[in-house]
Amino acid sequence: MPRFEILMFAAARDLVGSDELCVEATEPITAGELLRRIGETAPGLLPMLPACRLAVDQSFVPDDFCLRLGVELALIPPVSGG
Amino acid sequence: MRDSIPGSGDAGETKVGGDDAKGDLSKRCDRDAKPSTARPERPVRVFIDLTNQSIDLQPMRDFLFDPDTGAHAWFEGVTRRTTGNRETLELTYEAFEPMALSKLKEIAEIAATRFGLSAIAIVHRLGRVPIAQASIVIGCCSAHRTGALAALPWLMDEIKSEVPIWKREHFADGQTRWVHPQ
Repeated sequence: MPRFEILMFAAARDLVGSDELCVEATEPITAGELLRRIGETAPGLLPMLPACRLAVDQSFVPDDFCLRLGVELALIPPVSGG
Repeated sequence: MRDSIPGSGDAGETKVGGDDAKGDLSKRCDRDAKPSTARPERPVRVFIDLTNQSIDLQPMRDFLFDPDTGAHAWFEGVTRRTTGNRETLELTYEAFEPMALSKLKEIAEIAATRFGLSAIAIVHRLGRVPIAQASIVIGCCSAHRTGALAALPWLMDEIKSEVPIWKREHFADGQTRWVHPQ
């Protein structure tokens, strides 16, 4: 089964215990479906997942965005710069 | 970016951040010719950086220098000691650095067009930021004061919602927490 590697940051990284999370999922898969798979793979993230966004190649994508293997994926928790 | 922060965003000939040429902003500036609504014949200059050091205002002032602008507006976000009745010791910041650089550049370019800015400089500090020191400095200039003054709150709102940078509060009682606004 294809494996998607997702970069983790801030509280999400602390909850997962790693700066990267591997999720197995079948293709085709949308961003929203991958977020659900992230929650199944790392249940500790479930409380904060609804507020997180997925970035693909450093751009935010909507839930219906169709993912393919090989892109850079990052889970972006609510940001707090400034 | 400067010093200990590795890597940088770099899109084609546009240099955003970068660990070379410290203090020589001319080598790290985005000089894409984006027309402003106020003076479409002149290019907008944008400077973006992430740094682990104290933010140095003078190179930013030098970058904004433009004898044809009458308003230079600045915002400094600094670490506050008190939040409610809790005492903060310091903040630490981390970023998804390449995306943060590209989002800051994108937001700056939108602001330049929207508010008729001729130049804009944004520097965000990462790592430890002690009490009363700046975590972010934004400077911008426009022909008249309305554009530059209006741009600052818009920029901060955009940065606080769209740029992947996170702060962690370290309290005097030893507790820490990531700040993730819902």
